[in-house]
Amino acid sequence: MRFAMLIYEKPEAFASRANGDDDPYRGAWRVYYQAMTAAGVHVGGDPLDLPATGATVRLADGKRHVQDGPYADTKEQLAGFAVLELPSLEAALEWAARCPAAAAGAVEVRPLAPETKRRITDPEA
Amino acid sequence: MSEPAGDEDARRAAERVARASYGRLVAYLAARTRDLAAAEDALGDALLAALRTWPRDGVPGKPEAWLLTAARNALTDRARHQRVVAASEPVLRRLRQNARPAPASGEFPDERLKLLFVCAHPAIEAGLRAPLMLQTVLGLDAATIARAFLVSPTAMSQRLVRAKARIRDAAARFAVPGARELPQRLDAVLEAVYAAFGLGWDAAPGAGAATGLAEEAIWMARDLVGLLPGEPEALSLLALVLHSHARRAARRSPEGVYIPLSEQDTGRWDAALIAEADALLERAAARGRVGRFQLEAAIQSVHAERARSGRTEWTAIARFYEQLARLAPTLGVRTAQAAAVGEASGPAHGLALLDTLDPKAAGGYQPYWAVRAHLLQRLGRRKPAAAAFDLAIGLSPEPAVRAFLLSKRRALARHGGQ
Repeated sequence: MRFAMLIYEKPEAFASRANGDDDPYRGAWRVYYQAMTAAGVHVGGDPLDLPATGATVRLADGKRHVQDGPYADTKEQLAGFAVLELPSLEAALEWAARCPAAAAGAVEVRPLAPETKRRITDPEA
Repeated sequence: MSEPAGDEDARRAAERVARASYGRLVAYLAARTRDLAAAEDALGDALLAALRTWPRDGVPGKPEAWLLTAARNALTDRARHQRVVAASEPVLRRLRQNARPAPASGEFPDERLKLLFVCAHPAIEAGLRAPLMLQTVLGLDAATIARAFLVSPTAMSQRLVRAKARIRDAAARFAVPGARELPQRLDAVLEAVYAAFGLGWDAAPGAGAATGLAEEAIWMARDLVGLLPGEPEALSLLALVLHSHARRAARRSPEGVYIPLSEQDTGRWDAALIAEADALLERAAARGRVGRFQLEAAIQSVHAERARSGRTEWTAIARFYEQLARLAPTLGVRTAQAAAVGEASGPAHGLALLDTLDPKAAGGYQPYWAVRAHLLQRLGRRKPAAAAFDLAIGLSPEPAVRAFLLSKRRALARHGGQ
């Protein structure tokens, strides 16, 4: 089964990206990534750039709205995602609990929905 | 209507009684119907009724007997409503057979031991036994249990419901198993209590639910000794958890930094708990039958000796682990054995033992990498030590342990690579 791990961070965690290699949070991320790779569970994923670097689009009443930054104005923002291959939600939660962001922000785990994707990409089948 | 203060007192009284006697009441009710879910529902109804009437009429003289009577009435009502359903007929029959009025004295037999054995029934999958005990014997809610076992609350609650249905459908006997079956079933009960304790113990102090879980598990271990006073493994389990619990204040610095056992300030250990644990272990050893928990407790007792002697007898610990590994060759035991051998006979011997473990199983096991890193470091093999530290850090869910290992890793890097 594949799971998306959605990583939410607070501004302080985003700010720590500018720190040197000796920053403990960055260090924790480096080895966490290594552990996922060594265990063969990491399928893909990337960190996201700072929330302010993006924009959000929506269409309402036929009018296009574009807003600077993220969709929701909350303290914790989506900071990255990883796709993991694991046998169960429990196993995915175990990896989420080890994630450095679990102690500093929040980590959401959601199974991917390959069936929904199949219906979109291959409606005839 | 009653005064808010009366409500508050009644609520507290109901909570106190529920807390102290939840397991006893559920066990007593379910022992007759064999329907755990129905017993819990009935007790829930009784508690609600208590909250309604106690503020008005005052807290009854024997609140436990009051709750029991109310719960039995709720149970009979429910069964009567379901009379049309043929499936409820056996339940009604069993209820009629046991239709004695609730004991007026407020005394009723303690059936919790039977309840523990039911929760450890072979029909219940091993991983669900501890959660089931925590819910039925201690009354913890599914969300709290889910948090401790790192499972989604909905999934945990569904699994518990299914497990109770299985007990009811299998008509699992509420009985202490006979001599032939006892050892295996008792093992499952002890395992589950220890698993619950371990979950509380792994969590950082002050981690709320999980820390409370350690205390709940100690409570169950105490109950087991009270119910089976002559069983050496029950005595040993209590000794083991008390030894661990005695060190709870020494496991973190005031700043919250993780402190490994060998570096803990023995002055912060709880001497009274250690004495109690050692007395229990002596009682267990006197029965002349060595088991897994006795060996584990003996190892902790040797560690506790450091408070008196100032040193750790690693040779004795390694010997106990060797015996333990013969009895229960789990990944955890064999990793700990390698660590002890590393201290007693030198890091190369410890490493050789680690190398005999299945790399596939050990690869995702954090303690394996932590021990390996430590042994490699002592051998001066900095590069592989650093790689092992990285995996140990990456696999650790505890920020305090992570910070501790990161500092070790940094110290290693400062001494230059190899």
